[in-house]
Amino acid sequence: MLRIKRFFYNQKVAPYMFVLPFIIIFCAFSIYPMINTILMSFQKVLPGQTHFIGIKNYTRLFSDKTFFIALENSIKYMVITCALLIPFPMLFAAMVNSKHMPFPNFFKAILYLPALASVVVSGTIFRLTFSESSDSLMNEIIGLFGAAPIQWLRVSSTGFTVLIVLCCWRWTGVNIMYFISGLKSIPRELYESAEIDGASSVQQFFKITVPLLKPTTIYVLTISIYAGLAMFTESFMLWNGNNSPRNMGLTIVGYLYRQGIEKNDLGYGSTVGIVLLVAAMIINVVQLKLNGLFKKEAM
Amino acid sequence: MKRFRQFLCVFVSAIVLLSVLAGCGNAGTADNQGGGSSGDSSESASSSSVKTSTFGNTSGSNVTTFEMWTFVELHGQLYKEMAEEWNKANPNEQIAIALTVMPYDDMHNKLMLAIQSGTGMPDICDVEIGNFPKFLQGDIAFMDLTKYIDQYRSKIVPSRIEVYSKGGKNYGVPTHVGATVAFYNTDILKAAGVDYKTIKTWDDYEAAGLKVKAAGHIMGVAETNNSAIFDIMLAEQGADKTDSSGKPTLNTPEAKKALTLMKKFYDEGIDKTIPGGHPDTEEAYGALSKGEYATVIRPLWYMSRYLNYMDDLKGKIAIAPVPTFKDAKYNSFGGGGTGTIVSNSAKNKDLAARWLTWAKLSDDGEKQIWNILGFDPCNTALWNDPSITQDKNNKYLQFFQTNPFDVLNDIKDSMGIIKSTIGVPTVNNILCNTTLADVLKDDGADPSQALEDAQSQAENELANS
Repeated sequence: MLRIKRFFYNQKVAPYMFVLPFIIIFCAFSIYPMINTILMSFQKVLPGQTHFIGIKNYTRLFSDKTFFIALENSIKYMVITCALLIPFPMLFAAMVNSKHMPFPNFFKAILYLPALASVVVSGTIFRLTFSESSDSLMNEIIGLFGAAPIQWLRVSSTGFTVLIVLCCWRWTGVNIMYFISGLKSIPRELYESAEIDGASSVQQFFKITVPLLKPTTIYVLTISIYAGLAMFTESFMLWNGNNSPRNMGLTIVGYLYRQGIEKNDLGYGSTVGIVLLVAAMIINVVQLKLNGLFKKEAM
Repeated sequence: MKRFRQFLCVFVSAIVLLSVLAGCGNAGTADNQGGGSSGDSSESASSSSVKTSTFGNTSGSNVTTFEMWTFVELHGQLYKEMAEEWNKANPNEQIAIALTVMPYDDMHNKLMLAIQSGTGMPDICDVEIGNFPKFLQGDIAFMDLTKYIDQYRSKIVPSRIEVYSKGGKNYGVPTHVGATVAFYNTDILKAAGVDYKTIKTWDDYEAAGLKVKAAGHIMGVAETNNSAIFDIMLAEQGADKTDSSGKPTLNTPEAKKALTLMKKFYDEGIDKTIPGGHPDTEEAYGALSKGEYATVIRPLWYMSRYLNYMDDLKGKIAIAPVPTFKDAKYNSFGGGGTGTIVSNSAKNKDLAARWLTWAKLSDDGEKQIWNILGFDPCNTALWNDPSITQDKNNKYLQFFQTNPFDVLNDIKDSMGIIKSTIGVPTVNNILCNTTLADVLKDDGADPSQALEDAQSQAENELANS
């Protein structure tokens, strides 16, 4: 009894006890599935009948055109969203945070609201807004300018744009929150002394705000890369299912779902998943390395 | 300031709550209207949310309640009727059916997940024909219904049981023949001076189409998200999308001939695309109701769509055999279909199988399939039964100018076949997502090249299945 008590009160053990619940959950829901996925990617998996087929799934993957369409879509989506969802939220955050801004809380709330709507709801609303029929909202709007109705979700360029717009609409507010919290940690004195030295607002933004927000920016960039590559629901809701014309909205995760669930080929689906994991890891490690995260002083 | 913050707090939490609730309610709205259904979505129409309703004997004790899934809300009416009839006739074996209606893709994906994970299967489930083969891989989770079907077998079109079988065992109970026919809007045709009875071949269709176009209307639908017209053109020539082992056969001369003709109709402005991508979507029902399109080519089960979604067209629609090629072998085929299965893990499997086969294959059941659902029953003896074919009170017979049974008897001996093989979901996916949409547009792709591309893509996707 005493030994047990001593064990629990031991200062060396205590930290491990505290993280134990997390470790257990992490192993059960992340590590175990990950190892299993790696195994399954070398298997043909059918209900009740599973056997190893070597690297067949991988050779098949590398000659699979649809997979490369999905890969291209995911990467394109990731790059565009990162390019849009870092500078603009940063700018908006600086504006909302500025002392010249009237009603800052009002704007914070308004900009954050879209993030609270479920993807299912917002995807459906966007689908109807950009519907191809001549009386959809967007076609009515462009009709005011004399333009002919557009089949928004059937043409690659407009379809993908709608997807990006949906993403920006939803996530701008979230990134603004991250940047605002980053801004709060920048000491006021820096701005005051810059002002005394005669720096303009623009100069202050680029010389103080941007550099000092770097840790936040790296964080936002990292999660945006991951979120961009893992996107699925937005596309699924926008095209009302996993099938978009010419696969214009198909993402890697969408393809994984199609192969693993819709076509009952979990082995091949796992292979797609492994490639996604590797791609996300490589991109993020390179990005973090370039941003100097692994050097202690950078943080 | 504090006031404002409090207000904001309440406001935001209200929004969160609302959106979460709205999310729950709408989670199932993925019905097929946005197009992009996976190919042979023949009966995929529009159940816009997940609903469960229980019927049969819901109050008594000693009742077996079966959990059942379907993707067509209408089918529920049949099961309800047949559960009640069963309970009247079998006081010692009372049943109830808890029926859940889910959108097409969702239901099949959910069923697949249940099988893969080994838990959560319903007792009885409707499975669409195009999806059926993929559930027959590995250890089959469906009950072998062969001996239950045996007592009805002699009256039923054999090919409709065959499509839901593997290794000589029958796993699904068929719903209908699904003979593909043409539905003509005679108002539009008359205005253009066309008599639909004169349309026998695709050349006639083209000539009629040019007249309709000159009169300012559209002859038919250039279907970009569904392969129904491509399929009938293949079946008429005796060709198919896959061979019997499931290998794709999309680059055959027959396939190229079919798609080239479809493209010709599109380029001439005879056929045009429709909102929703094919006629069996909610957006398309709207366009068809407005009287914009003269022709819809679909299996006979499409009749129910007119009654349920386009009732302003009552009396304006005539049913006729599909146009065909000169010297073609066939001029129809059984399109789409639903095989109802009993799961291996079902409670009281024997009762479930007896009820199901009775409900769908007995004379009573087959009559109700016609009366309630308007499907062409698999029991062809009924096609000549005057109490069915001349029933003045039948809503389907009242709705259309022509008697569907006349058409059925007309084409009964010239039915081609499109097999449902393991390759079909993949082939349909490629056709309906890429090939048709690439070809049937302004400056569309070359049909032969598009089919060669589709073939190589399908071969690759099916490489190790």
